[in-house]
Amino acid sequence: MDKFNKLSGIAAPLPLINIDTDMIIPKQFLKTIKRSGLGVNLFDEMRYDDDRNEIPDFVLNKPQYRNAEILVAGDNFGCGSSREHAPWALLDFGIRCVIAPSYADIFFNNCFKNGILPIVLPQEQVDILMKDAEKGANARIEVDLDAQTITSSDGEVFTFDVDPFKKHCLMNGLDDIGLTLEKKSSITSYEAKLASERPWV
Amino acid sequence: MSPKTLYDKIWDAHVAHQAEDGTCLLYIDRHLVHEVTSPQAFEGLRMTGRTVHAPDKTIAVPDHNVPTTLDRAKGIENEESRIQVEALDKNAKDFGIHYYPVSDIRQGIVHIVGPEQGWTLPGMTVVCGDSHTATHGAFGALAHGIGTSEVEHVLATQTLIQKKSKNMKVEITGKLLPGVTAKDITLSVIGKTGTAGGTGYVIEYCGEAIRDLSMEGRMTVCNMAIEGGARAGLIAPDDKTFAYVMGRPHAPKGAQWEAALAWWKTLYSDDDAHWDKVVTLKGEDIAPVVTWGTSPEDVLPITGTVPAPADFTGGKVEAAKRSLEYMGLEPGTPLNQIKIDTVFIGSCTNGRIEDLRAAAEILKGKKVKDGMRAMVVPGSGLVRAQAEEEGLAQIFIDAGFEWRLAGCSMCLAMNPDQLSPGERCAATSNRNFEGRQGRGGRTHLMSPAMAAAAAVTGHLTDIREMM
Repeated sequence: MDKFNKLSGIAAPLPLINIDTDMIIPKQFLKTIKRSGLGVNLFDEMRYDDDRNEIPDFVLNKPQYRNAEILVAGDNFGCGSSREHAPWALLDFGIRCVIAPSYADIFFNNCFKNGILPIVLPQEQVDILMKDAEKGANARIEVDLDAQTITSSDGEVFTFDVDPFKKHCLMNGLDDIGLTLEKKSSITSYEAKLASERPWV
Repeated sequence: MSPKTLYDKIWDAHVAHQAEDGTCLLYIDRHLVHEVTSPQAFEGLRMTGRTVHAPDKTIAVPDHNVPTTLDRAKGIENEESRIQVEALDKNAKDFGIHYYPVSDIRQGIVHIVGPEQGWTLPGMTVVCGDSHTATHGAFGALAHGIGTSEVEHVLATQTLIQKKSKNMKVEITGKLLPGVTAKDITLSVIGKTGTAGGTGYVIEYCGEAIRDLSMEGRMTVCNMAIEGGARAGLIAPDDKTFAYVMGRPHAPKGAQWEAALAWWKTLYSDDDAHWDKVVTLKGEDIAPVVTWGTSPEDVLPITGTVPAPADFTGGKVEAAKRSLEYMGLEPGTPLNQIKIDTVFIGSCTNGRIEDLRAAAEILKGKKVKDGMRAMVVPGSGLVRAQAEEEGLAQIFIDAGFEWRLAGCSMCLAMNPDQLSPGERCAATSNRNFEGRQGRGGRTHLMSPAMAAAAAVTGHLTDIREMM
């Protein structure tokens, strides 16, 4: 997993609530057995018409947003399926950070496992950044994970919360499994207890 | 000892390690695996030289991609789907985990197979790389979906890194009226709380109307907890739960059964336990409902009319406008006048025997309206066999339904069972998202009986008029 520290990038505005994981990556692309290569199908049904031509109005098809690294979106982003293909597709496209008032739980967790930072901000602040994002390629938004700040293109600074453990893992690109295996003795002793207390498990 | 909720009790019994900041390693009792969200996880194990920590607690079954047509023994035509299923065959064998291949009569949707085989037991932690893992909460298990990185984490360590969610109580008081089912309960709750109403919470469903439900009905209710945004939904186990579990192939037997039962009987929320949020619905206020839009929160009684964007506030105005356009609906149209092209009965929400009985009850001696497509996809090979034994299959076939083999099928349309653009479907599944059942397809969610009624009349129908 790539480390995440500071990001200064173009933000694409997606002012919709309840953007679900079927929208982010439709099911026909879940048949892959790899993690990479999904970026071309990110938001596939919103992005292409029936003949696979790009729909010019869709934000990521507009020239100024083709290199976006940040998404600004509405409430309950990533709701629906647990498919990690959603963050894989975002990452493969180049999105490293999402800003929204709220997220669905599983998607939120999946982001952190893939070096993507999902930031929660109050609606009013998301609205300000949404307007900022609508300015296009000249409006770069800066995200500083260490300082937990977002700076709009006008220099306005917003602070955000992040779970300290998740922040630590993201900043250092740490592998969760490696960290957990360091606690293997706890798991083994739990299993010994389980075998005597609840042997049917 | 301070009073605890059911969720508190199960959580406390599964903490293998707690860090100073409250981050826990939660021990996982059952890990269910299917072909779509697992290949990258097994690949990760191979690349790092890791093994499956507890293969005896890991159960795999292919369900999302498998064809449900009667000729599926000839193999999967779609190459990518075939590769995914073959990868699961190989991974199950290489890592020595329990496996129900496509050819096994016990194969089916992972959330139907788990309870059916007795893998899911009260008080357990159950995870799967699938959001509808919430289904298993019906047994008083803490069950939720995880992403593929977490699948790999559970395979390698049998634990998950977790922080505790908050406690939410959803109480359904009193009795349900005739024609109202578990599906109507769960949709009505989402209609009231919204799809983000449960975010950050684990829901416990309780109250007389929940107690009165069969285990099948309880699974339907818990299945859609995720559609309300909750991490998990659960129901305290009772005599119905124990009766369902007893004698299942992987349920405890003899002295172990007695020991398990003694513990299971302690699994309920204490009277004065703390709830962070409480939602109450009166059972008698719940009507047979359908969805009109592209979010499971877009729920209305079948007697209602299609709403207008102006009926909403905030971001929902734009969302409703988009939904109505996608669904091809005009505000003010009575819901029971909406014409249907296709009926899909099945899924982990409503693919169990009781669901098929409810639909067959409506279809007995009737025919699917001319020109409509209708299919029943049983949730497992065993559900299918039982339905055949009970004569339900013949009722479906006589009515003009296709009688399919088990799988996820048109719930998410990863296999060839898909809607065409503009095709309108009455579905017993769980999601009405844009494109969910096929690009441009239009989904109305409802109970099995309501879907069967729509198949007969050709439009959304109030089941109470056919009873």
